[in-house]
Amino acid sequence: MGRYVLRRLLQLIPVFLGTTFIIYALVWAIPQDPFAGKCGQRPCPDSYISAMSDKFNFDDPLVLQYLKYMGNLLTGDFGDTFSGISVGEQISTAYPTTVKLAVIALLIEGIIGVTAGVLTGLRKQGFLDNLVLVSTLFLISLPVFVTGFVLRLYLGPQGLDLMDTGVDTADPSIGQLILPGFVLGSLSMAYVARLTRGGIAENRRADYVRTAIAKGQPNSRVVGVHLLRNSLIPVITFLGTDLGSLMGGAIVTEGVFNINGIGGLIFRGIQEKEGVMVTGIVTLLVLVYLLMSLIVDLLYAVLDPRIRYE
Amino acid sequence: MSDPGAASSGSGLEQAAAAGVGDLSHVDSGQGQNKPRSLWSDAWRELRRKPTFVISLVIIFIVVLMAAFPTLFTSVDPRYGNLDNYLKTPSADAWFGYDVQGYDVYARAIHGARGSLLVGLFSTILTVLIGSVVGIFAGYAKSWVDSVLSRFGDIFAGVPFVLGAIVILTTFNTPTENPSAVRIITQVVFSIAVLSWPVAMRIMRSATLVAKQQDYVKAARGLGASPLRIVFRHLLPNTVAPVMVYATIALGAFIGAEATLAFLGIGLRPPVVSWGVMISESRDYFQAAPHMLLFPAGFVTITVLAFVMLGDAVRDALDPKSR
Repeated sequence: MGRYVLRRLLQLIPVFLGTTFIIYALVWAIPQDPFAGKCGQRPCPDSYISAMSDKFNFDDPLVLQYLKYMGNLLTGDFGDTFSGISVGEQISTAYPTTVKLAVIALLIEGIIGVTAGVLTGLRKQGFLDNLVLVSTLFLISLPVFVTGFVLRLYLGPQGLDLMDTGVDTADPSIGQLILPGFVLGSLSMAYVARLTRGGIAENRRADYVRTAIAKGQPNSRVVGVHLLRNSLIPVITFLGTDLGSLMGGAIVTEGVFNINGIGGLIFRGIQEKEGVMVTGIVTLLVLVYLLMSLIVDLLYAVLDPRIRYE
Repeated sequence: MSDPGAASSGSGLEQAAAAGVGDLSHVDSGQGQNKPRSLWSDAWRELRRKPTFVISLVIIFIVVLMAAFPTLFTSVDPRYGNLDNYLKTPSADAWFGYDVQGYDVYARAIHGARGSLLVGLFSTILTVLIGSVVGIFAGYAKSWVDSVLSRFGDIFAGVPFVLGAIVILTTFNTPTENPSAVRIITQVVFSIAVLSWPVAMRIMRSATLVAKQQDYVKAARGLGASPLRIVFRHLLPNTVAPVMVYATIALGAFIGAEATLAFLGIGLRPPVVSWGVMISESRDYFQAAPHMLLFPAGFVTITVLAFVMLGDAVRDALDPKSR
């Protein structure tokens, strides 16, 4: 087990470096003039250019620039933007909101998706089964921002007036994030339901389930312990890697609901050409994604004793 | 890629599609020798009786017709704006109403099919081509080549889809120029394909790993067939099924991704007409004029739905376990 973890961690390093380097090169190397539009209509004064070139190491070759940036990042220094705002500070104020949003989305998709999957997997071909199949198909086809806009339109003050759908405060409460979280998780919810349904339907006829029933175990224990534990493995994989993509996907949801999170920050960073902001956040998101996929692999061994890592 | 989002927008979609497709890799049409019918003709028999398959084919046919001959459906010029019609709601004259520029929403939705479909089609072709070539090579080559190629794919898969697309598209979009329609579409197609090919590659690779252990491949090698011949004559026909299923679902996902990118203001834009462009134009007006958003969004949803249904049906038909 220890050796396996170590090997996986070593494999992560080239992937992490490659991904972040590509982003770094796209942001810094391809645009011809990093100072275009930075000083209004006039060209930038020489003193400003030399100061900034010094700060961002523009005079070095790209690889060296990247290595210096990564070196700073590893010591926890995200650097400053062109206007001298600390990127680390900005990220630390925006990050909790996005994490909250992603976790809420994950909980909603997990709970609703698994429940729907179990109910339909146990009883195939019924009305409920068809209902879930059709609605998951529909959710899969609906782009996230359409779900968001439609729910905002019809649940908000202009529609049924059920709730305040805009989120304007810098630190939104859990209640305000439930609707955005639902929207963000809606697509994955459909997949969780389908994966669970497939797993349950496949394992329902397995020998160990028949044994458990024959032993006289109550139905809730057969389903809740024997059946679920074996059927949920693909679902756990999906949910784990999904947390990473939910954070990236939050850009759209945060835009629809005006939430001040990582998504808004990175979108503004790209439009204002604040490269340090963009690379900082992307690095963080890539790290989250890679670590989540590692954790998911290790969870396998916990959930399914048949899997051994040597 | 982690997110085509339709999900993530699309990215989650593809990933999950890929997860389902993985099960297919054991599909082996070599069994056809004992039976009179091949895997594909078996699947075709199964499919013809499925209502979802027929429905999705009909929808796709109509959308393709829209894209090829928009004038069959409308005679209104989608680029003719009359500001007197500013944000008018649907009426007998204009079934879907008018937008901010006084464009006819119905005419634009019909003409928009071409842009959206082209992006979906070309991104799928490019994704599947790159993914399959790299995947089959990685699966068949020596193990260190496989490791290097797989890690190389991981690099692109590690970038969240929406995020990666934003960075790529803003980098190559110089705001001062006025790019042509072809250039805009090419940019969007390339950025989708660059971020999605690892998914196709993983499917192809795992299918190849299974297929190359089969006896007929060993026999072919024993008879002295060249690696190229083994790959094209023996491996490819037996690994193409899961990738085709993925491609069908991905095509729908990419149409959704086009809409998402346009919504963020970085995908297709005028002078191109597409559903995504219409959706992004409606962004600031959707509370005053929901019809501007709902009609193109409905077209996107129905088209994506058709492709996802088609992919699901084909996958079920190709999977011998489900029969």
